[in-house]
Amino acid sequence: MVIYGVTFLGACYIIGQLIGDYLAKFLGVQANVGGVGFAMLLLILCHDFLHKRHFFPAESEKGVLFWSQMYIPVIVAMSATQNAALAINSGVLALLAGIIPVLMCFACIPMLSKLSNKNLSADGNFL
Amino acid sequence: MEIFYKFLDKNALVVAFVAVGGIMYLGELISKYILRKKIPGSAVAIFLGLVFAYVAGISTGGEKGVADIKGLSGMSLLGGSMFRDFAIVSTAMGASFVLIKRTGWIGVVSLFLGIFVSFVGGMALAWMFGYHDAKSLATIGAGACTFIVGPVTGAAVQASSDVIALSIAAGVVKSILVTIGTPWLAPYIGLNNPNTAMIYGGMLGTTSGVSAGLAATDPALVPYGALTATFYTGLGCLLCPSVLYLLIENLL
Repeated sequence: MVIYGVTFLGACYIIGQLIGDYLAKFLGVQANVGGVGFAMLLLILCHDFLHKRHFFPAESEKGVLFWSQMYIPVIVAMSATQNAALAINSGVLALLAGIIPVLMCFACIPMLSKLSNKNLSADGNFL
Repeated sequence: MEIFYKFLDKNALVVAFVAVGGIMYLGELISKYILRKKIPGSAVAIFLGLVFAYVAGISTGGEKGVADIKGLSGMSLLGGSMFRDFAIVSTAMGASFVLIKRTGWIGVVSLFLGIFVSFVGGMALAWMFGYHDAKSLATIGAGACTFIVGPVTGAAVQASSDVIALSIAAGVVKSILVTIGTPWLAPYIGLNNPNTAMIYGGMLGTTSGVSAGLAATDPALVPYGALTATFYTGLGCLLCPSVLYLLIENLL
């Protein structure tokens, strides 16, 4: 049933986000630390485990796939509710502090990807 | 008219589904007929969302974009962090664990480097604009990381409220720039594989910007970028008010 897929996704989400919240509390940080990341890892591992044992029929997968297809619409709704007016109207320093570091970060990406490719052998295995 | 608005408010989420569908369709149309498919419909729709948010922000004076328009309050639920994170997690279905494990270490490197570069960049600009005290420098530097790291750092080091507001604005500018800029810059930085997507997520780190930017570039890369980006804000909140703040204080 479709609902089982949604339940599975929801369970991964809740557990992952809780780990992120507790980890933040443990570290003394006022934000969630990697909750979405833990939830994603949990989803990948559990899905793999269940799929191999035929506990995850295609019908249930639809419950997860529906939400992954809703991803872009959700992002559109998110962008439509951003405080875009504040961003554009708050002066030169805010604009520059939002733009220049981003460009510096973009410039670092090719360097890091070269660095990581060096450590991958020709067949793609990590040395 | 009162009945009409009451109805919209009562059914806010369903109204939001219809409104977002409308924006997506408009994006498709513009992409197809005006841009001749040079920019994908989803990217146009995300940009349109920002334009509507700007216009709504100017006309209502609110902080939540179109959600401040009467009857459209459901947009802040559909576009809020719950649905966003839920949808991001669901994209992990297609991701490869082997790939993540193999390139995980570079993701960690990119997280630390990303926070450091943004912090130093933001701080240097603040210095040029006449802020010479450690509290303000740290807060604006943190704002260049994300719009959450900025105010969290500002509150922790007790910066003044106008500096905190400035740091939030810098973070919002960043998230919007990453959203719009990613599809344009992707070919130049080789952002077309999971490995680079993980580095990108760690370097930029703004969850909203990264998730929207990758959605507009190549939706298949979303889980990899989101996976590293999700650690960024937490790590930033950990490093900025502590290690990085103490570092500046000692340098001054």
